[in-house]
Amino acid sequence: MKQVTRRSFIKSTGVTGIGLWLGISGVHGEVRKAASLAEAKNITPYILIEPNGGITIFNPRPEMGQGTFQSIPSLIAEELEVSLNQVTIRMTNGEKAFAGSQWVGGSYSVRGSYQQLRKVGASAREVLIRAASNQWGVGADTCYAEEGKIIHRPTGKSFTYGELAEEAAKLELPKEPKLKEAKDFKILGKAVKRPDIPLKITGQAVFGIDSEVPGMLYASVQRCPVLGGTLKSFDSSDTLKTPGVVKVVEAVRKVGIYTYTGVAVIADSYWAAVQGRRALKVEWDTKGYEKFSSAAYDNTLRALAKKDGVIDKTKGNIADGSIKPNQKLQAFYETPVVAHHTLEPLNCVAQVKDDKLELWTSTQVVDSVVGTGPGDLHAQVGIKPENITLHNQFIGGGFGRRLYLDYLIEAVNIAKQSDKPVKVIWSREDSTQFGPFRPMTFSQLSGSVGADGTLISFEHKVISPSMSESGGDEYDKNKVDGTMVEGIGEQDYEIPNLKTSYVRADYHVPIAAWRSVTSSTLAFAHECFIDELAHKAKKDPLLFRLEMLSKPSDTKRVLEKLREVTNWDKPLPAGKGRGMAQWKFFAGLSAHAVEVTYNKAKNSVKIDKVYVVIDLGEVVNPDNVRNQVEGGVIMALSAATKPGITLEGGKVKQSNFNDNPQTRIHEAPTVEVHILTEGGELKGVGEPGLPPLAPALANAIFMATGIRLRKMPFSLSNIG
Amino acid sequence: MAAITLQINGKAHQVDLDPQMPLLWAIRDVIGLKGTKYGCGIGQCGACTVHLNGQPIRSCSLPVSAANNLAITTIEGISADAGHPVQKAWIEEQVPQCGYCQSGQIMSAVALLQKNPHPTDADIDAAMRGNLCRCGTYQRIRKAIKTAAAASK
Ligand code: FES
Ligand code: FES
Repeated sequence: MKQVTRRSFIKSTGVTGIGLWLGISGVHGEVRKAASLAEAKNITPYILIEPNGGITIFNPRPEMGQGTFQSIPSLIAEELEVSLNQVTIRMTNGEKAFAGSQWVGGSYSVRGSYQQLRKVGASAREVLIRAASNQWGVGADTCYAEEGKIIHRPTGKSFTYGELAEEAAKLELPKEPKLKEAKDFKILGKAVKRPDIPLKITGQAVFGIDSEVPGMLYASVQRCPVLGGTLKSFDSSDTLKTPGVVKVVEAVRKVGIYTYTGVAVIADSYWAAVQGRRALKVEWDTKGYEKFSSAAYDNTLRALAKKDGVIDKTKGNIADGSIKPNQKLQAFYETPVVAHHTLEPLNCVAQVKDDKLELWTSTQVVDSVVGTGPGDLHAQVGIKPENITLHNQFIGGGFGRRLYLDYLIEAVNIAKQSDKPVKVIWSREDSTQFGPFRPMTFSQLSGSVGADGTLISFEHKVISPSMSESGGDEYDKNKVDGTMVEGIGEQDYEIPNLKTSYVRADYHVPIAAWRSVTSSTLAFAHECFIDELAHKAKKDPLLFRLEMLSKPSDTKRVLEKLREVTNWDKPLPAGKGRGMAQWKFFAGLSAHAVEVTYNKAKNSVKIDKVYVVIDLGEVVNPDNVRNQVEGGVIMALSAATKPGITLEGGKVKQSNFNDNPQTRIHEAPTVEVHILTEGGELKGVGEPGLPPLAPALANAIFMATGIRLRKMPFSLSNIG
Repeated sequence: MAAITLQINGKAHQVDLDPQMPLLWAIRDVIGLKGTKYGCGIGQCGACTVHLNGQPIRSCSLPVSAANNLAITTIEGISADAGHPVQKAWIEEQVPQCGYCQSGQIMSAVALLQKNPHPTDADIDAAMRGNLCRCGTYQRIRKAIKTAAAASK
């Protein structure tokens, strides 16, 4: 399988001109040209079959490591009856026919496409069968599809798809084609090798940062280190003397409600741009933000915890006067700000010419780059959407950071001031210090247990800045920001008296979704506190939870499986501890158990093993699911145990992987993943593997040490 | 500016560059081999790992002048067809996610196995801890190194 480049694509369609498109209507640009050549109408735009038998599947879901390069075409290929190594996969770049699905986030890609793309493949298969049966003058029911051919069962004669494509394209696609039965699947549910991997182990995979455009210049941007500061003036005289430097310009970047102006140094090499940037003298107006510190802000959040929150959910009577003080428990949990740290730093090549914009980058949101919506790129840079051309590449990590357009907006604003295309590269320091960041959440928790050891009441109040506010959504500050209370009112536990609420805090730092969004911090507080209540009730934490799950539910199945695979009922030897947690949220559901060993002399903990049970409904590639979950555990472990982002004097203190370290191979525990597919509802893969890790680990540490950790990050080498 | 000869994957390139330019940017933007990646620029992530006279080094932290006339191997140079035992093991274990760190991971693993054909877990930790993987593929990297080691038994 090969990646189709733009050039080879045009060659294979426009130039030879005979390529047959199954369904081109609405596809714009070069594809429309091919459409007129093929005169195909009203058939699926996802499949191109050439007379020579070449088959291309169009994939609207960008690949950022989550496996869509394979999982999405697999949905089509399975029903089309072709194997993946018979097809060429082409990532789409905003063609209108795919509008609405050209983005990745929310662990949504497979869930969002599962039925629709199988139908695409199945309907194409059905018209190919009809085309064959028409030509042979036999009943369609005597023909079947296999490996890119239609075969007449009684005689064994066959046509290749290439031979049938032209006729097939004239036929109307069935709206409700017959989908294959799961028992007949050849690709779905199987650990099929991913076709992007050969590209990624040879250096051939092209990421955004690898884009090369003839005549291209490079830029590096100096931004105000005090977040919220504005540009007063700059002196570029030394910069302009730096060999290779071409120009110094202002660079406006918008992220949510924030607009920042930096100074971009444009040069003939990235190295020269960096050198020129070092020679810049910039004066900023820091507007009082230089007084901001995370330490003081955390105190503000702690003080805000005393306020009544805006109610998210209530059930029963949380203030039941009959609950005795000795039945009650209270705790306060804190979590840090973290950066996304995609390993591929942010980057974008932009070229602006005659009101036309061309971009080469890696983004999660193709639709927003070319779209016509009010929040889309065109509105932010003043270029008509029909004049925007995108070349999206492999994404070297998204994690939510590349849902935002800020780095594209900034690159476009720089490119507007250059005759030549400009590649803007964020250094690692830039990627660490300018956000948007995952926000902290602080949690005030209270609960009570009855004399019989059952949970009577549970209250979770979240204190945090608002992501919706930062993002510029129409957000009413007097209401709950649903994103900031994500999941806390939606667990399956049958708790008679429940209250969840939200206290919003002012903040001037841009904040954003980070893989598993607010569940990445709230699950820690919520599931650790459930654990605290279990211990107060003198119950096993897993059984305590199962007792609150009397009715059948996905959560119950997941916890029962976790109990089984961990040998939960068998006690661990002394010095070891085992903890667990589960989390159900918009992206899906999983439960983790962590086993640790405590070294009392060193007061350190080693993670022996992590077990994960993930509930999916359907699975496309179980090996890829395991890879995602293994990786999710590592990313969650970084966020739980490594220092986060803090501000002092208004500036982010951390700068790079030396002072903002992430989990490395010698710290990576073994992860054992179990996939459940009995649940009817399709659930996501990319994010659910994260939220339960931190609480399961903290709960394990409590079991091993008796020390209750209520603040992330926590160190494993110095417990407490 | 200085005249420098870069011997990359067995091919000599004469370049005229700022001698202080990191080798990484010379490889990527001057020679045009994009498989070697930029991740941190300060020797902390390993995405830029190449071999210099057979030793793994962080090309972001080496001035291009220090590589003058020395043998450089990049990810593009370890095999013509993804056929290196380490690459085969990487396919076998389906290691990469986003893939951005993997050129560096593979260059470190190749160097490790050249020196130590049958590394222990501790050897793997020591040789690979300089290579960050933000997608968290460490368990598979460990397994793939063992698979590659076993294949050469
Ligand atoms: S880019 Fe060289 S070690 Fe990170
Ligand atoms: S595979 Fe993404 S950083 Fe390693």
